[in-house]
Amino acid sequence: MSSDLVTKLPLPEETLMAEPKSNIERPLSPHLQIYRPMLTMTMSIVHRMTGAALYFGTLLLVWWLVALATGPDYFAYVQNIAGSFIGRLVLFGYTWALVHHAIGGLRHLIWDTGRGFDLNAIEWFARANLVGSIVITVALWAIGYSVL
Amino acid sequence: MVQLTLPRNSKVTQGKAWEKPAGASNVREFKIYRWNPDDSTNPRVDSYFVDMDGCGPMVLDGLIKIKNEIDPTLTFRRSCREGICGSCAMNIDGTNTLACTRGINEVKGTVKIYPLPHMPVVKDLIPDLSNFYAQHASVEPWLQTVTPEPQKEWLQSHDDREKLDGLYECILCACCSTSCPSYWWNGDRYLGPAVLLQAYRWLIDSRDEATGDRLDNLEDPFRLYRCHTIMNCAKACPKGLNPAKAIAEVKKLMVERKL
Repeated sequence: MSSDLVTKLPLPEETLMAEPKSNIERPLSPHLQIYRPMLTMTMSIVHRMTGAALYFGTLLLVWWLVALATGPDYFAYVQNIAGSFIGRLVLFGYTWALVHHAIGGLRHLIWDTGRGFDLNAIEWFARANLVGSIVITVALWAIGYSVL
Repeated sequence: MVQLTLPRNSKVTQGKAWEKPAGASNVREFKIYRWNPDDSTNPRVDSYFVDMDGCGPMVLDGLIKIKNEIDPTLTFRRSCREGICGSCAMNIDGTNTLACTRGINEVKGTVKIYPLPHMPVVKDLIPDLSNFYAQHASVEPWLQTVTPEPQKEWLQSHDDREKLDGLYECILCACCSTSCPSYWWNGDRYLGPAVLLQAYRWLIDSRDEATGDRLDNLEDPFRLYRCHTIMNCAKACPKGLNPAKAIAEVKKLMVERKL
């Protein structure tokens, strides 16, 4: 009788938990869609975007310099575009991107020394980056307009 | 690679609204991500209504009450219920945390619960952590020495022991790694905050003698340098640790050994 019982018992390997199905197509859990937006994370994304925008802005700057070298007629033409409302808007955006990215760069420089990582510091950095970039950009344009 | 939207089979649909408990006056709504490998439908979000008068204070208490009294098919990991095992890591109210240490009253309005973000789902709130564990193994998280073993234990000064504070407490719950956008986009090659914190824990252990090899293993544009100091990791860690700082220290060690 006891031998009967033994033969009916499952082998040890069969009693182990079933392997997860490997052929099944598993969904990816939601990420950006559900993660709570935070200022620190947003500033990181903005740092990326302003960095990309600077490539575009720098091309415009090169265009302006090339126009300067080309001759008075073409320069006047480019200057006219840059001085238009749309042109000034783009230049204002370029100024802000430059200042925001520069302050963000300073933030990363401090982090590279191993400092400024506690939760209060990162929050303060993120706010300072945003407020600082807006204040400096407006100040630069105010100076520009008062000089011209 | 960066893919901001979910693949077609992962798009979340509206699920079932379960019946409200009869005669309960103090009810909270829980919206919970559901996916069952046995039926070939997309993930959905089910609504449950929990009678708070008969429920413990933590989100995990709510989940257990739902499983016991409303829907026994709801699937999640849990074990210690006191924040030391890391099993019940999930996304609650938009941030990764442990269900057992997050109070229901810390959440305003509906309690929204998803599995840890950007992971393959095994079932409901259970993510597949195989890659995470393999990455942890890849940093060889154990003491490595070449000098002959001492008669008793390897000794360490109080100051050297103190360097492990803020590191040894990590419970490998994966809240930080799965909160990191860099890990979302490059989780196959970037080791992620939790594993890098573990790597640093062995790098600065005064008893460990494999520092050079350990740094060689990390010197890689993806394994280490995908950290862009986004800081989601430090904000998510349910143990109050700071993986971003540990990663910065590893980057510093990389520079220091070249100087």
